[in-house]
Amino acid sequence: MAINWFKYSAPSTFYGLIGKLVPWFAWSSAILFTIGFYIGFFVAPTDAQQSEAYRIIFIHVPASIMSMFIYLVMAGYAALGLIFNTRLSSMMASALAPTGALFAFISLWTGALWGKPMWGTWWVWDARLTSELILLFLYLGFIALHASIDDPRRADRASALLAIIGSVNVPIIYFSVKWWNTLHQGATIKFTGTSMHAAMQQAMFIVLVACWFYAIAVALTRVRSIILERERNNQWVSELPEVRS
Amino acid sequence: MSSAPASPARLSLPGLLRLVVRRDLMLAMRRRADVLTTLIFFVMVVSLFPLGVGPEPEMLRKMAAGVVWVAALLASMLSLGRMFMADYVDGTLEQMLLAPQSLSVLVLGKILAHWMLSGLPLVLMAPVLGLQFDMSVQALWVLIVSLLLGTPVLSMIGAVGAALTLGLRGGGVLVSLLVLPLCIPVLIFGTGAVEAVTSSTSVAPHLLLQGALLVLAAVFTPWVTAHALRISME
Repeated sequence: MAINWFKYSAPSTFYGLIGKLVPWFAWSSAILFTIGFYIGFFVAPTDAQQSEAYRIIFIHVPASIMSMFIYLVMAGYAALGLIFNTRLSSMMASALAPTGALFAFISLWTGALWGKPMWGTWWVWDARLTSELILLFLYLGFIALHASIDDPRRADRASALLAIIGSVNVPIIYFSVKWWNTLHQGATIKFTGTSMHAAMQQAMFIVLVACWFYAIAVALTRVRSIILERERNNQWVSELPEVRS
Repeated sequence: MSSAPASPARLSLPGLLRLVVRRDLMLAMRRRADVLTTLIFFVMVVSLFPLGVGPEPEMLRKMAAGVVWVAALLASMLSLGRMFMADYVDGTLEQMLLAPQSLSVLVLGKILAHWMLSGLPLVLMAPVLGLQFDMSVQALWVLIVSLLLGTPVLSMIGAVGAALTLGLRGGGVLVSLLVLPLCIPVLIFGTGAVEAVTSSTSVAPHLLLQGALLVLAAVFTPWVTAHALRISME
């Protein structure tokens, strides 16, 4: 059976589909957060060098990964919107930006909280910290540029170009601990095995998936609002039960 | 572009480039105050630092390169709004977009002119300011070279921002918000080169990386700017 994937690239059909999907993502995210944090805070053993303070990595690492990953997804959607002129892709890009900015902020903040007891300072001008800060600025620039252009189509295209230029930064963040030997530690988890306790690894992975589902749920909810706002003059919107009441 | 020597269709690309640069320079010479404001702003910002942090020569020498670089960054932001604005308002830009010649080359010409008017004066002024901060002669030379390599990149990245924010309300602040994060690598390697002199390590890697940034920006930004202009003008 051939499925017509393009059917869901129309905002009107996509709106109904994601309305059904969002609760699933939201609930699985909530459940996974609970499990992940339970393992992270109660099951995982205390670290030999860092004692209890290391437990902040269970939110720090997933948030950092998500902040980079969401930027790439956002730039990908923006590029799709720019190249194929699909309205929905641009809407997805602008729906992802605030969530990505939030994760970048959480990553910097939890990093600072961890840095105080471990490095003895809230902030160092280390390559990875600086490039993560630039990532936050890029998100904010994307949001600001989009917000200051009144015509939504021009806003989409202009901010898409900015997002694509900014994606140069993501590999720099990712490889910064390898290229510059500064204070931030290198990767612990590698494809060739890890130097980490199994419970720690489990907790981190579960929280990462939870963050992922959270991002999907929030971005889809936001894209629903954007669709309603942009399509408000279309008939199918005025026929929706939630709009009519 | 009324002074075109040949018919537009036969204009070679270098000829086109020269034409755009000459036109922008001539326009700027008719309104010299704009160029001078940027330069005076640069001198003022740099001169404020010794007043703000105190006049100890030891500290000033240490922070000189950073101060000059940050001031140059801010000064180049200041003049970005002018890069396309006048042409946008009087309709010249629309004609450039319609022209049969490559828009990227036209944009490159405008970037070059912008650099000559806002970047080059800063490079020439920097040694004087460096002396105020008691920099050594060798550090001054490295500062000049790093500024020579770096300020064109600022103009190029700035052109993308200026094109994206063309005709928007609050464009001046917005363009800084977009461009400054992208300019950070230029700043890091620029100040790194001068730092290498004072800590007597090798200067070459920093300057080479700056050169790489320059080449990269020269290849991509005119093209991206041309695209951004088309988005802004449609």
